[in-house]
Amino acid sequence: MAIEKLELFEIFIRSKRGLDHKHAGSLHAEDHEQALKYARDVYTRRSEGVSIWVTRTADICASQEDDSECFFDPSDNKPYRHATYYPLPKAVDNM
Amino acid sequence: MYYVYRCWSRDRTDHRASIGKLTRQNLIISTEILLIATLGGEIMAKYNQTEAELETAFQTRIDNEQKIEPKDWMPEAYRKNLIRQMSQHAHSEVIGMQPEGNWITRAPSLKRKAILLAKVQDEAGHGLYLYSSTETLGISRAEMIEALQTGQAKYASIFNYPTQTWGDVGAVGWLVDGAAICNQVSLQRTSYGPYARGMIRICKEESFHQRQGYQIMIELAHGTPEQKKMAQDSLNRFYWPSLMMFGPHDSESAHSAQSMTWKIKRETNDDLRQKFIDQTAPQIEFLGLEHPDKDLQWNEERSNYDNGEINWDEFYSVINGNGHCNRQRIQHHLKAHNEGAWVREAMQAYTEKKRKSSNAA
Repeated sequence: MAIEKLELFEIFIRSKRGLDHKHAGSLHAEDHEQALKYARDVYTRRSEGVSIWVTRTADICASQEDDSECFFDPSDNKPYRHATYYPLPKAVDNM
Repeated sequence: MYYVYRCWSRDRTDHRASIGKLTRQNLIISTEILLIATLGGEIMAKYNQTEAELETAFQTRIDNEQKIEPKDWMPEAYRKNLIRQMSQHAHSEVIGMQPEGNWITRAPSLKRKAILLAKVQDEAGHGLYLYSSTETLGISRAEMIEALQTGQAKYASIFNYPTQTWGDVGAVGWLVDGAAICNQVSLQRTSYGPYARGMIRICKEESFHQRQGYQIMIELAHGTPEQKKMAQDSLNRFYWPSLMMFGPHDSESAHSAQSMTWKIKRETNDDLRQKFIDQTAPQIEFLGLEHPDKDLQWNEERSNYDNGEINWDEFYSVINGNGHCNRQRIQHHLKAHNEGAWVREAMQAYTEKKRKSSNAA
């Protein structure tokens, strides 16, 4: 049985100039360079992208879904951060 | 085949942009360098055309409403012009925190303090978005901040005016942020991708800023006679400088024509200023305040307001360092920057410690 020594990489694709790179998925590769080539073959066979970013999955530091309540909570009780908190008089219809 | 390289050394100074004929062997080597470079940030891109061809392709892309992205080839002057404009924009967000921060401790209620704090926090965030986008052009944030602190880089002149009363906080949110929004809405369509995306994010957050300012003005203008007087005074002092925020007339503007061809700017200074004048007039009317421009008149033919002339001597005087607060703003920035040094050092020491202990484990 062959021993697989591949690492997991996360793939981000820019579908069109001017747009952000969006997470597309992941794949196994030997290194960044290979990951880029595999990503091209796996994720952009139908011209889905004009640019690809790859990064080692292990290098991604993510917030924990379970902790999200206390992690994001402080912004929940600040409705005044939204424009809709300030009603506009009819005479001034948009701002 | 010809390849043009623009290379950055480790400290990101642009140390060469060269055109050279490459053999296939060189090409393979350079492909590897490129890939390593993507990690180390040394070489940003590889191009397979001559400089003239690249320039034509660049302009065609812009003419077709396509965005320029960081790794694309771009004329050196385009890059420099963007660095100038974007870093100036970032500095404005950061320096803009000072006149408003001045009122956080003296806001008239807890609610108003919370709102003002949230707004100033947003400005810091906007500065950060803009510095990061500018860094994609191959300049470091430290270099930009140094340029600000040594006076080589400018920020919006409006922030050299002091905020003397609570009414000024209202006027700044309503007029200064209002003028900035006019400009930023237009810049959502700028040709440089990271700048355009930053503007979209910023505009989303910015409308709260203008509305909270206008609400302060409504409360004051519809309040006691003293409050109304305060609102009028703030309007009088901030109206004209807000118009100056759009920059000199198109005929006088040094960078305008080229910036329009490159679509860095999408609308001219005068067109944006007209928009602002037109939208502000009914807002002043609703407040029941006197319009500071005595020559303002609706022009039926143009469907725009005609307005009085701006005091350009004042504009150039403030830009050239003679506003009320020019020195104070930079001194305060330096002070805050230096006083915060121990925090940055402590964070770095902590990171170093963590790295060592994880290596030992």
